Amino acid sequence: MIEDRPQRILLPVNAGFMALTTLLALLFNLLPWRDMVGLPDMLALVIVFWCIHQPRRMGIGAAWALGLIMDAANGALLGQHAFAYCMLAFAAVQLSRRLLWFRIWPQALHVLLLLLGTQLLMLSVRLAATGAFPGFAWFAGSAIAALLWPAVTFLLLLPQRRPETVDVDRPI
Amino acid sequence: MERQPPPFFNRGPAPLVRLMFFAVLALLLMVLDARFRVAEPLRAGLALLAYPIQRVAMAPVQLAAGVADFFSSQVQLQRENDALREKQLQAAKDLVTLEALSAENAQLRRLVEARERMPRKSTLAEILYAGRDPFSRKVIINKGGREEIQPGLPVVDDIGVIGQVTRVYPLLSEVTLITDKDHAIPVQVVRNGLRAVAYGAGDGASLDLRFMAANADILNGDALVTSGIDGIYPPGIPVAKVSRIERDAAYAFAKIACIPAAGTDRHSQVLVLAKDTNLPVAPEVEQTPVRPAKAKRGRRRE
Repeated sequence: MIEDRPQRILLPVNAGFMALTTLLALLFNLLPWRDMVGLPDMLALVIVFWCIHQPRRMGIGAAWALGLIMDAANGALLGQHAFAYCMLAFAAVQLSRRLLWFRIWPQALHVLLLLLGTQLLMLSVRLAATGAFPGFAWFAGSAIAALLWPAVTFLLLLPQRRPETVDVDRPI
Repeated sequence: MERQPPPFFNRGPAPLVRLMFFAVLALLLMVLDARFRVAEPLRAGLALLAYPIQRVAMAPVQLAAGVADFFSSQVQLQRENDALREKQLQAAKDLVTLEALSAENAQLRRLVEARERMPRKSTLAEILYAGRDPFSRKVIINKGGREEIQPGLPVVDDIGVIGQVTRVYPLLSEVTLITDKDHAIPVQVVRNGLRAVAYGAGDGASLDLRFMAANADILNGDALVTSGIDGIYPPGIPVAKVSRIERDAAYAFAKIACIPAAGTDRHSQVLVLAKDTNLPVAPEVEQTPVRPAKAKRGRRRE
């Protein structure tokens, strides 16, 4: 099944681009959404992406720090996002060797499970700390984020797909 | 001889070790934050760090609102103008009666030597955004510790109470809405003066009156205002309207749901009211020495 599709050799990733995309995802999460339900957690999606594609550069510590910023900015319980995100990063790093052999939609299915698990973790933490149940529509955010996985993969790998030098006379 | 992997294979501690470290750190933070409230300086620092990012995130929305304002048609403005003029006429009439009434009220109060209520200082603030935490109802306003906002101050809009300041950062502060599950507000029924406490239901749209007897005199549509006995909210500000009452003989208490009067999720301008400086001194709690009965008996025997 693997041999029938071409494998692209990617350029090495640019650390600045990783930081920029992570910052953009954080910005998306901090947009003033008011009380809209079913929003995808873009930051979690981007963390999963970089943990899978660059497990040596994006890891548990970075995810933890980003989660802490999310907590402070949203007035959530301090550590709630940090806890869920470091679990998410761990799972993604563990899956990273296996997941890239799948095609894009099975990958999205894996990502859906990861994101749902993250939301369940946050839910259990908040219910333990006397929070209210936010309703099932909240879980729709994970499904939307998983649907966005192919687009995110395409966009975030774009700079690495660029040919380094264009050589018309190259034999292969 | 010890065998070490070459340095380019070295990836630091194992992922599981790292996970354990960070997960325990996060759990520790959560316990400290929820139970002991000692993580506040850290939270304030992080909030300051996130502040520029938030301002950048706000920018496109504000820009879009500005553009929409610019292109709002003249007809719309005209209509709005007419409506406002009509409203102002009515308000002027009300204002005259209000002035007369307040003068009369002041005189009556002086007559009974009642303590005159000082008008509170207030700060106009703007709601920047609602917290993206689906478990609680909070909004962030653009006035903070620099404008002498303190935790505990009530926040109102043009209709009624919307909530209470719960955390203050240097430039922002966090307001817990009255619909939050952890928020309680003492209220009074306008019709008969019955006092109660309204708790947020947590679903973002309603409040509960808990612990009201099943035969309590409350009707559908009753208006609830702040009773002011807590010393935080000034008395007489609209809070909610009773929307549904379930009286079940099997339970001692009635289930009463209310709809908040103020637009807890609509307006963007709010007023933060300063503390009432004219409060009576709270009665001192009598210190009765609590001694276990057994110890007493033992001492007597000696």
